[in-house]
Amino acid sequence: MLPANFMPSGEDYLRFLPEMILAVVGTLIMLLDAIRGDKDNQNPLYGYAALLALGAALGAALGGYSHLGPAFSGMLQIDGFATFFRVLVICVGILTVLSSFQYLKRENAAAGDYNALVLFSITGQCVMAGANELIMIFIGLEISSIATYVLAGYLRDDKRNNESALKYFLLGSFATAFLLYGIAWIYGATGSTNLMQIRELLATSHESGILIGTAAALMFVGFAFKVSAAPFQVWAPDVYQGAPAPVTLFMSAGPKAVAFAVFVRVFFTAFESIGARWEPFIWASALLTMVVGNFAALTQTNIKRMLAYSSIAHAGYVLVAITAHNQIGVSAVMFYLAAYALMNIGAFAVVTHFSRQGEQYVNISDFAGLGWKQPMTAGLFAIFLLSLIGVPLTGGFFGKFYIFQAAIDAHLVWLAVLGLLNSAVGAYYYLRVLVVMYMQDPSEATTNVPPLGAALRTTLFATAFGTLLLGIRPSVLLDFVRSSSTFGK
Amino acid sequence: MNLLTAVIFLPLIGCLLTLLLPRENEKLVRQFTLVWSLLVFVISLFLISGVSSDQRPAVPGAFAFDVNFGWIGTPPIRYHIGIDGISLWLIILTTLLTPICVLISWSYIGKHVLAFHAFLLLLEFGLVGVFCALDLFLFFVFWEVCLVPMYFLIGVWGHDRRIYAALKFFIYTMAGSALMLIGILFLYNKTGTFDYPAVLLALQRGALTYPEEMLLFLGFFIAFAIKVPMFPLHTWLPDAHVEAPTAGSVMLASVMLKMGCYGLLRFCLPMFPTAAHNNAGWINVLAITGIIYGALVAMVQPNMKKLVAYSSVSHLGFVVLGLFTFTQQGLDGAVYQMLNHGVSTGALFILVGFLYERRHSLEINAYGGVATPAPQLSTVFMITMLASIGLPTLNNFVGEFLVLQGAAIAQFRLAVCASIGVILSACYMLWLYQRVFYGRASEEVTHHMHDLVPREALAIVPLILLMVWMGVYSQSFLPPISAANTAALAGIEARKELRVQNQPALLASLREFFHAAR
Repeated sequence: MLPANFMPSGEDYLRFLPEMILAVVGTLIMLLDAIRGDKDNQNPLYGYAALLALGAALGAALGGYSHLGPAFSGMLQIDGFATFFRVLVICVGILTVLSSFQYLKRENAAAGDYNALVLFSITGQCVMAGANELIMIFIGLEISSIATYVLAGYLRDDKRNNESALKYFLLGSFATAFLLYGIAWIYGATGSTNLMQIRELLATSHESGILIGTAAALMFVGFAFKVSAAPFQVWAPDVYQGAPAPVTLFMSAGPKAVAFAVFVRVFFTAFESIGARWEPFIWASALLTMVVGNFAALTQTNIKRMLAYSSIAHAGYVLVAITAHNQIGVSAVMFYLAAYALMNIGAFAVVTHFSRQGEQYVNISDFAGLGWKQPMTAGLFAIFLLSLIGVPLTGGFFGKFYIFQAAIDAHLVWLAVLGLLNSAVGAYYYLRVLVVMYMQDPSEATTNVPPLGAALRTTLFATAFGTLLLGIRPSVLLDFVRSSSTFGK
Repeated sequence: MNLLTAVIFLPLIGCLLTLLLPRENEKLVRQFTLVWSLLVFVISLFLISGVSSDQRPAVPGAFAFDVNFGWIGTPPIRYHIGIDGISLWLIILTTLLTPICVLISWSYIGKHVLAFHAFLLLLEFGLVGVFCALDLFLFFVFWEVCLVPMYFLIGVWGHDRRIYAALKFFIYTMAGSALMLIGILFLYNKTGTFDYPAVLLALQRGALTYPEEMLLFLGFFIAFAIKVPMFPLHTWLPDAHVEAPTAGSVMLASVMLKMGCYGLLRFCLPMFPTAAHNNAGWINVLAITGIIYGALVAMVQPNMKKLVAYSSVSHLGFVVLGLFTFTQQGLDGAVYQMLNHGVSTGALFILVGFLYERRHSLEINAYGGVATPAPQLSTVFMITMLASIGLPTLNNFVGEFLVLQGAAIAQFRLAVCASIGVILSACYMLWLYQRVFYGRASEEVTHHMHDLVPREALAIVPLILLMVWMGVYSQSFLPPISAANTAALAGIEARKELRVQNQPALLASLREFFHAAR
């Protein structure tokens, strides 16, 4: 709780700088858009402004690493963990903006609001990454979610967009209610919303077991929804399929990663002492998520929907690392989410490029023969798919390796065996895309693919480079991740 | 620059260089790949002098061309490579077959020429790496890297059901390697290192309980058995072979299957000797079943490639049998048989490929009387076939003889059963030869068939010479193999003696493990 006469210091502002930059520039973009009116609303200026803001925020987040500590009386805790996720979501934001230039122009959509919403969403995610307080988590989550709901239905004349946004909004609000209810219970039980205080209170008191258990269960429901973990994953395929391709790209990387961050932070600090009670549930959820995601993806014909199910399966792998409930597990979650963000953004960027106006070409069969028509795009896509399969020398492999190492370390041998067999099943649906691209004759969809725009090309090369880098020299990220996998330091 | 590192990475560099060549200039691509892979082959020959043929049991973990430096800090993963007599010849086999594959694909591969050759070199990179890796993680990386190019080779340049075959191949191997990855992680958890010699050392000090050893053995064994492939895990092989282009079949049969055998010998036996000993009974039964079953099924195949594929299942049964006799002769024979199979079955696939290029059919029915229009082709086919049967003075004889000798030392009845396979192999091979080459040539056959062209002769003659050389003077090849096997056996025996006698049976130990886990 804040004292009545609270005055934030310079340090507090410094630690909050990325969020401030993003929020201010987001508002400015919106104002500018309103002033300029409807004329020329696809001006790339908005995108450049967003990029500039994200670049500055990235600098501020990285610079903040040398000023770690709490901000605003412990409402935020800017530690290595928070820095990692802030940098991650800001990078996701940069890649999203880069992937959207062409798309917005193509779909004749206003660029101003779009980029402002992306910035707001990332503001919320940055708050979540650093939140050390249940209320802050809730505020961050709402800022991020509401902006994302709007983005999901951004092309308002498109039926699929409307369906997606509505579903996302209704189910998302429902899940948030669970989370909020859980927060209320925990406040009722402990009288605090500060994660560290809750941890201390729970570690010393043994009473009100049911109360705490219920609170943890309710919060788990809320988080499981946000990370699309089974049995709360049902929304993800519809929403991912219906939303504009670059928005799906964004949703599957940014909000998901940061939801995992909060999930881990809450359960590894506040609920640390009742670990033995929640581990079995997450164990079951991890297995179920992997099975549901992988097996449902097998039969999909729409590439966005297939990648949506794949994203569920990958959430399952991350949950395996959370089940491990050890420090390697936390590092594995961080590493995997970074690798996953890179490869998934890459894959969705290819889909964004390939789908063309009105997203006509989103069936897997449309990709027939792309490998020989556009070797560059297809080759990069192949790298992302191989990384999603988990073939060595890609980030996806090392991430998976690290996750299962954490699981074995925690004696979760059976979960690891089942998880890896699952990933062998999962290989099938990614390989099918490779089959279509390289082993079938070109379809009419692949004969007239427009050339890659500069911005999208940058996204693809950056993500492919990152994916390979994390596979060949994982140490570049691993060392940082290992040193920042404890909370509050 | 270490010579071995050069042999591993030159193919990768070649692969990247190919990608820079102009796509339209197919001839340049072929020439470049041929020259480059020949260069790698020549360089790899210099490895021979570096590997010791000393018969004294070497220290476990003493490898030639040892390179060892950190790759990833934590978990401690090292770039640790080195070779001994077992891996030496497998590497040279790989580097020899790659240029030959380029030659036989000269007219066979007509589309996407650049990508084909890039994948071929990438495959060579992975295969050579597998045989050199002395870090379990590194081994796994190379193991999986091999999958991708082979998947594309089958899927893009294969025959009608290529996509099914490619997927089956990939998923099968992937499932097996998932078990191996768990095993590697579990070993790391117990020993704190991925470095193979260090793991061995820790295991010698008793890092594992017996039930753990048993489960780990089974995990690794299944992964390798899929790759060998052992009966009843062999079902992906006929599909992959039939659908693959000739070069793919050659690389698959000659080298990729050896990854499984090599894995058994390099990792499975030395790391888990007690479990290996205790499981040898049923494994040998499976190996012999494979020998006989493969031969019987080969006999009734109407498709030439399928016939050769099933003959591979039969031949590789010999390799596994040799390994699980735990005798010097058996191990030597197994390794020699790996090489023999690589040379003679590789040659068989090449020759079947030549026939296919002329007649565009793999059905035996479509042929007959080929000897008349193509005498040279028939002659080399005859020699290869005889080698494959195991005729004395040709290579397979030496290997099979040693394996049978080892089996006889271990258990005489094993040798008796296995020798049935030798007889059966004569049946299916001679019958194949008779149906394809003898008899009256039909109109269509004479129309399509022409004799070997110089390029084809250039591809097949080295293998024929090698068959004779390996059959007549095995002394050129065996000493380093024996030396490595002596060392391996010494390690295995030492570990076995340390174990308390009276081990619990498999079921009892599994029960114990589950209790402990609970």
